[in-house]
Parts: sequence; structure tokens; C-alpha cells
Amino acid sequence: MSNISVSTSNGDSRAVGAKGDTVLSVKDLAVSFPTDDGLVHAVRGVSYELRRGQSLGIVGESGSGKSVTSMAIMGLLPKTAQITGSAKLEGDELLGLGDAELSRIRGKKISMIFQDPLTSLNPVYTVGFQLGEAIRTHYGDLSKQEVRTRCIDLLDSVGIPNPQQRVDAYPHELSGGMRQRVVIAIAMANNPDVIIADEPTTALDVTVQAQVLEALEKAREEVNAALILITHDLGVIAGHTDEVLVMYAGRPVEHGSVDEIFYEPRMPYTLGLIGSLPRMDESRDQRLTPIHGTPPSMLNLPVGCPFRPRCPMHQDICAEVEPGLLPINGSGHVAACHFSDQLEGKAPDEVFAPVATDLSVEAEVEAVEAEAAALHEEEDK
Amino acid sequence: MNAMLDTPQTAANPVIAGRNLVKEFPVRSKGILRRKVGAVHAVSGVSLEIGANETLALVGESGCGKSTTARLLMNLITPTSGEVLYEGKDLTKLSRNQMRPIRRDIQLVFQDPMASLDPRMTVFEIIAEPLRVHGMFKNGGRDRVNSLIEIVGLNPEHRNRYPHEFSGGQRQRIGIARALALQPRVLMLDEPVSALDVSIQAGVINLLEDLQDELGLSYLFVSHDLSVVRHIADKVAVMYLGKIVEEGTTDQLFAGPAHPYTQALMSAIPLPDPRKERTRERIVLQGDVPSPSNPPSGCRFRTRCPLFKELPENDQRKCIEIEPLLRTDHDGLTRAACHFARKKQLV
Repeated sequence: MSNISVSTSNGDSRAVGAKGDTVLSVKDLAVSFPTDDGLVHAVRGVSYELRRGQSLGIVGESGSGKSVTSMAIMGLLPKTAQITGSAKLEGDELLGLGDAELSRIRGKKISMIFQDPLTSLNPVYTVGFQLGEAIRTHYGDLSKQEVRTRCIDLLDSVGIPNPQQRVDAYPHELSGGMRQRVVIAIAMANNPDVIIADEPTTALDVTVQAQVLEALEKAREEVNAALILITHDLGVIAGHTDEVLVMYAGRPVEHGSVDEIFYEPRMPYTLGLIGSLPRMDESRDQRLTPIHGTPPSMLNLPVGCPFRPRCPMHQDICAEVEPGLLPINGSGHVAACHFSDQLEGKAPDEVFAPVATDLSVEAEVEAVEAEAAALHEEEDK
Repeated sequence: MNAMLDTPQTAANPVIAGRNLVKEFPVRSKGILRRKVGAVHAVSGVSLEIGANETLALVGESGCGKSTTARLLMNLITPTSGEVLYEGKDLTKLSRNQMRPIRRDIQLVFQDPMASLDPRMTVFEIIAEPLRVHGMFKNGGRDRVNSLIEIVGLNPEHRNRYPHEFSGGQRQRIGIARALALQPRVLMLDEPVSALDVSIQAGVINLLEDLQDELGLSYLFVSHDLSVVRHIADKVAVMYLGKIVEEGTTDQLFAGPAHPYTQALMSAIPLPDPRKERTRERIVLQGDVPSPSNPPSGCRFRTRCPLFKELPENDQRKCIEIEPLLRTDHDGLTRAACHFARKKQLV
């Protein structure tokens, strides 16, 4: 059933609410990597549900664990990674599967698009061969001619001109945007249920980014797949997702519909991110409100809220208790902040100071880190 | 014939100006002889002026020649033709010795702060290096470095740390402090924030704005991101394949870009606003930027131009045969290099 391409009734698969059954359900996913300095807790409890045809955006700064989460689901992490929790694709557990079983699922039911198309394509094979490989792996009984026709169809559907000729081209003969389209074509080759796109357009120019995002959107609609879009670009998130998960220090700190996240953020970090974005639709008098300091080290996280050292609203309780994801209203919007009700209707510049530097915050970040490191050492003894 | 090109927007008294800058990089054949078999036309006739306390943003996609233009203005590479005027002197005609004192006044900040800092030098030494090179460290160099560390918002206690001990945003601040060490008048900022995370990027942008207000610096801000440009620039020049296709003040340009390329570029930048994103008009360009070693005749943008496709054959011939010059006689407020420029409001 999942392999039949169904186009959505009116093409408006983005309307919030009208969605199908759950395809992917992730629960309490945690990933740690043992290193010489101790355990690095890269992901510390991620849960979400993804329904058919839905698109979920995951945002966060570098090192927030957004990519590791998806790599864990795809089974792409090194063997040393310690993964706990569960990730179920249509009810079947993905975590802990062997290589052979995973190979039957990867590329067929769940596929992935990486940031750099030049490294995800093999330079010594033609794009047609690599695209055909994705099909033959799962449908070995197709004839050569059938596979080739399907390849040309796929290249055509992602907007590659002259697919009959391009199918025999090598990756280096194509431009960056074309290569990324080939990767998208490979990802959609077997009508997957879930496509995970990890920074799919970060390496591309803006005008090409627009083309590739359009191709991705079209591909997704064609196979009615659910999409997980991982990016640091809030603009891309705003235009291409229904729901947004904001990650900080390996945990989701806010989750809600795209409108809720952008217009009513209830976690200071989200509000700060929005305030620190220069906007093309606002004049330059608007001063940016940066979040000072740096994200905490995942090696020895301080107790309490990981955002506390950088948060202008923090109080005593934040140093003791790490807030869970608390519901804001009945609609499923959740935020991990003790004082999320105080953020109602607040603009970024009311919470964050629009200055260039704030040494007090930097000092605080360092103090907290030193403290956590000391605590960590004590534990070791 | 280039009458229009010779009259760029006039700032009262430009600090630095480029006139008809052309840079061609030779393409050589393989083998021992390495004959010249062609040329990459990286920059083809660019004229710019930057006034005191002013930010000119140079916008375009990768390979359009914006970084080459910045390096030409610094006289780091010699132009094939054209001149760079600074304090009434043509920098391209100066000898290395004559150029040296002027280098102090024009400094560069690079995109990647990790690659541009020596990993074996402490922050103090990195910032002191330009002072030592120009023999200015002996009198008061130590205090100067310490105050620079504070100006850019770093903790003075960290002066003996190495670059790897800092985050990306802090490293970029070190790069800025080093560029400021010699009290320059002009800073060339080559994509200074594009390698940084958003929350950190904002701090660096604010710092650059504050420094300009305090020190009266002139910036050439090279970027591919129009949203950052709108925030920081006074004037904008949009480049495509080595040519400026549109220029104007920031307000003029964002109020109504007249060149089809600027319009496409502007509509391709995603807005962090879901409601606007859903309703906004999108001009998606087809194809890729043509190779700069063999640019199209006439208007260089015509191969991808959405307007060109809709024109009647006669008008199309004009685009193919005649190179459009920057002109103001259209309904927009900017100077646009398009035969059929028409203002369009996009944001």
C-alpha cells in the first residue's frame, strides 16, 4: 500500500490538521558517544510523531543534536554510539535492527538527502547507474529497460532538463543544483513514506536553493511522503513545514505548528533566534537582538535548564530543575521553560538586549561550564 | 560608449572608488608551454564608490566576481584595466613600497575565521602582528591590543588563549580586532557572518554597526544574503557574471528592484514569516549561471531571464545584441542595467 504513489486530493497537503495516520513515531530517543573525556550526550530525549504527508522542520544551532537524531533513526551512527529509546516506522521498531534488515527499509520506506551532493554521489558511476541502483536494490526483477525508463521519469520529475541525455552523465558534469536534484530523485525512487532532508540546500546559492526546494516539495507531493527538514535557516522552515521542533543542547525545547513557533514562541531561545535574524522585509532601524554566550558543552552539561546561562529571564529554579516540555494550550504547542507564560505577546527586544556584546553572559556561561566540569571530575573520583 | 558606466552614484567625497575595473584570469593549456587558451572574465567593468561612514554591499551568487572586486579595490590583485582611486591616487599604479603605508588604511576581514587565524599564535600576538609589521608596536602597542580586545567584546583575560579555544563568533571578533589594529579607514568584509550560527551572527552584525558609528569606518560588505544586506548597508550593488546589474540606496532597492535578476534574487530569499511565505510571489529562475569564461552576448542575464522569454522577437534581439548599461530612465528609483527594467515591489 505504501508503494503506490497517491497524489493528495487538492495539492494542499500543507493545510494544518488534515493529515493521515502516523508513519514515524520517535519516543525518548537518546544518543551518547563515549570519548576519551567521557560520555558526550548528543541527543537527550527526543519524541515526535510524523503523519503521512506532513512535514516537520527541525531547527537548532550546530551541535544541537538535530542531525544525530536522524542519523540514529536511519541507523547510520557508528557502532560505538549508545542509542536508547524507540523509533517506529509504521509500528515496526527501527532501532537495533541488523544491517540486512535496515537495508530493506533504507531507500525504500525511509530515505535521506544529505547536505553536500558531491560527497553523497559516487564520482565514478553515472547518475543513471546510481539512480537505477536505488531501484534495483529493492526491485531486483525489473528489466534493464524498465529501470532506465523509470530513471528518466524520475530525473524529469525533479526538473532536470534533457533527462534522456543526463541519465548517462557523471556527477562532475552537473552543477550543484542539478546534483542535489539527482539526490532527491534517488530519495524518492521507491516512493518512500518518510524523506529526511539534512540541510539539503545549505551548500547552494539562493536562486538554486529556491529551485531545489521546489523540486523537493513537488517530489514529496507526488509520493505523498512525510518530510523531516533539518536546517538552521528559519526562512526555509517558515515556507516548507507544517510543524517545527526547536532543539537546544540535544533536547527539543519547543514544538508546535509553524505559526505558533514564529508568532507565539514560548521558549526564550526560540524568541531569541527570531530576534537575531536580519529580515529582508524590515528596515535597518530595527536592531538585532543576539543571544550572547555559546551553547553548553555536551560533555558535562550543567544541572538545570541548559539555556540558563544565556537566558535573560533566568531565576533560581532554572539552576536546579531542567524544565520538561509543558503544554501551552490544548493545541499541542509545548515549550520547555518554567516561565513560558511570561513570554506571551513579548517581542524579542523586550527580552533580549540589542547590544553587540555582553561580557556578563559570556562570563556566566564559562562559570557554569567550569562548575559542571568540576562536578564531573568529582563524580569520576 | 561607456558614458553611463562612468557616472556611478555620486557620494559627496568617496573615500575609495573603483573605475571600470576589469579582471580577466587567463585559462592556460596543459603541458609545458601553458599557452593562454582563453580567459575567465571575473570582473567586467565595475565602478563603485564608498563614502566615509558608509556601507556599500556587494551582492551576488558564488562566482559572480564580488570577492574579486573586493580584492581589486584593495589592490591585492592587479586589474586587467581600470583604476582604483584612494586619496586622489591610483593605487594600481603604485609600487609595492608606495603601497605599503596605504595598506594600513584598507583592511580585510575574511569569511572563515578559523582558516584566517594562525592556530599557533595567541590572540594577543594575532592582533599585535599588524602593528609589529608596520613598526608601530613599540610605542603603546600593548595597550592598543588590549583595548582592541575589549572593543570587539572579548574578555581581556583571554588574550593569551589560542584561536581553537574560542567559538566561531569570538574568532570572527578576533579577525575584526586584527583588521582594526592599524586604525584603517576602509574595511573590506568578505562574507563576514555567513559561516556563523544565527544567534551569534546577530552579535557580530551589531558589533560592525557600532564600530562604524564610533570610528567612522567605510565598509565594503560582500555578501550573498540580501536580508543581512538590508540590515547593514546604505547602498547596494547587485552583481551578476562580473557586472553590476543594479545599484541604489538600500531603501530604493528594497522598495522596488527594477532588474529581473534582483527581483529573482529577492524573491528567492526565504522570509522567516510563515504567513508571508505562503502568499508571496516567487520568481524561480531556471538553469544555472553561465560560465564566466564564455559569457552570453548582449545582456549576460538573458539566458535565465524570465522577462526575456516573454518578449517579442524584436525586443529579444535587442537583449542579445546590445549590452544594457546602468540607467535610471525607468519607473524605479535605482540604476538598473536592463533594456526593459520595470519596478516591482517584492517585500
